[in-house]
Amino acid sequence: MNNKTDVSVTTWILVAFSIVNIYFLATGKLGFDAKGFGIITSVALTLAMYSFLYKDNPVFKIAENLFVGVAMGYWIIITWFNILKPDVFETLIVPLFKDTGSAPQYAVIIPTLLGIFMLLRFSNKLSWLSRWSFAFVVGLGAGITIPNFIHAFILKQLSFNPLITASVPESINSFLILLGVVSVLIYFFFSMEHKGIIGGVSKIGVWFLMIAFGASFGFTVMARMSLLIGRIQFLIRDWLGIIQ
Amino acid sequence: MERLLRIDRRIIFIFVAIAVTLPLLIRFNLPVVATKDVKSIYNKINSLPEGSHVLISFDYDPASKEELQPMAVALLHHCFKNNIKVIGMTLNPGGTGLADSAITEAGKEYGKKYKEDYVFLGYKTGTELVMINMGENIFSAFPKDFYGNATVDLPVLKGVQSLQDMDYVIDLASGSSIEAWIAFGKEKYNFDLGGGCTAVIGPDMYPFLQSKQLTGLMSGLKGAAEYEILINRKSTAVAGMSPQSVVHVLVALFVIFGNVLYFMTGRKK
Repeated sequence: MNNKTDVSVTTWILVAFSIVNIYFLATGKLGFDAKGFGIITSVALTLAMYSFLYKDNPVFKIAENLFVGVAMGYWIIITWFNILKPDVFETLIVPLFKDTGSAPQYAVIIPTLLGIFMLLRFSNKLSWLSRWSFAFVVGLGAGITIPNFIHAFILKQLSFNPLITASVPESINSFLILLGVVSVLIYFFFSMEHKGIIGGVSKIGVWFLMIAFGASFGFTVMARMSLLIGRIQFLIRDWLGIIQ
Repeated sequence: MERLLRIDRRIIFIFVAIAVTLPLLIRFNLPVVATKDVKSIYNKINSLPEGSHVLISFDYDPASKEELQPMAVALLHHCFKNNIKVIGMTLNPGGTGLADSAITEAGKEYGKKYKEDYVFLGYKTGTELVMINMGENIFSAFPKDFYGNATVDLPVLKGVQSLQDMDYVIDLASGSSIEAWIAFGKEKYNFDLGGGCTAVIGPDMYPFLQSKQLTGLMSGLKGAAEYEILINRKSTAVAGMSPQSVVHVLVALFVIFGNVLYFMTGRKK
């Protein structure tokens, strides 16, 4: 389709959408209130996003940019009211200038300064100060993460269930896990040529990997379809009112 | 044959749209059976005496709402029905609105009072550091709740000082927060942890069930539907399972169809 046809199709869709919503508002199917207009806005944005499935278009671009802007605005407000205001403004700044009954918490100055230093990445002259913040983050992160991760994700995972138990399915399960772990590890062991026993075991490893990829793909399909199902439920239940 | 292999992707989109919409319009129920991992969470909550404290961390944002919000709502209904005190929080700034509305609406349905029966602590940045802070002192991590009330004065938090005092912790995650809760919460402070996650990260969570680092797991819309069945309150998740099954059959047929065509055309590059 050429540009002219695209404009014409978009205009007709917008006209049809407006007529449907005016009808819903006039007949009371949608309330003439914040909830009603909220539903109309949500429907318009949902349809705008899905219009990309046909092809990239200006309506999709508007919705996409609107999403990024709104999300960023929401994050800033939440960060202000949940972090900066209670942890910095009310504990350090306000008590400095007003008698609130509590002394200013000067310890807050250090993390606040480190946070401000991070933003100095944008300054050519002062960007070196941001290295202090990054050094702090990397050092603290490594110090906290490494011992906890080794304990939780390596040592705990190594504590294996006994291979032979009273329950046959449990024993089979344990054996399969052992076989899967060992064969996949051998598949990724490249210091020896994959021939003979090593080759055979690594082939079993490939099968385990393929099954894992298949499971991941199945779960991913389920996740993506759940999002579509949710949106279609919203359109035909909350907007069109066809189902309850 | 070659033409079929180069089929316009929009035709597939139409098939998927029909496969999702029709089962929602023509209602038919396919059986949803609760799995062992979901039952474990249900049984754990059932085993808690009245007045116990359950911490729910709503670590997701609107992008994962369709999968995790039904899970959250089902869990909240179960807790409130059993007169369990609910403490909500989030480590995702986008999750505040969803968490707040889910707790408030479910609480209202059971006549529960804010500050006495439930509380929403709001959002805190720092993920792992928040968990460690909560493990030491919950009031230091959250001096105020989402509405600005001092947490020390809240009756719902009476008897709770740190994560160790929680009778059960459940993380509803769209990212890697379950792993963080395991490493920096459960393993450090020793409490029972259950998880709910999007289907995409579901397979990555199964090793933690095997090692008993998670007591139970709800994965994706299916997990939410199973929980709705267990609490006998069928809602959006159960309604979504019929289209889910039909679409999965369709996707499997497309995969088979594509492979048959691929082999029939002589596997040309």
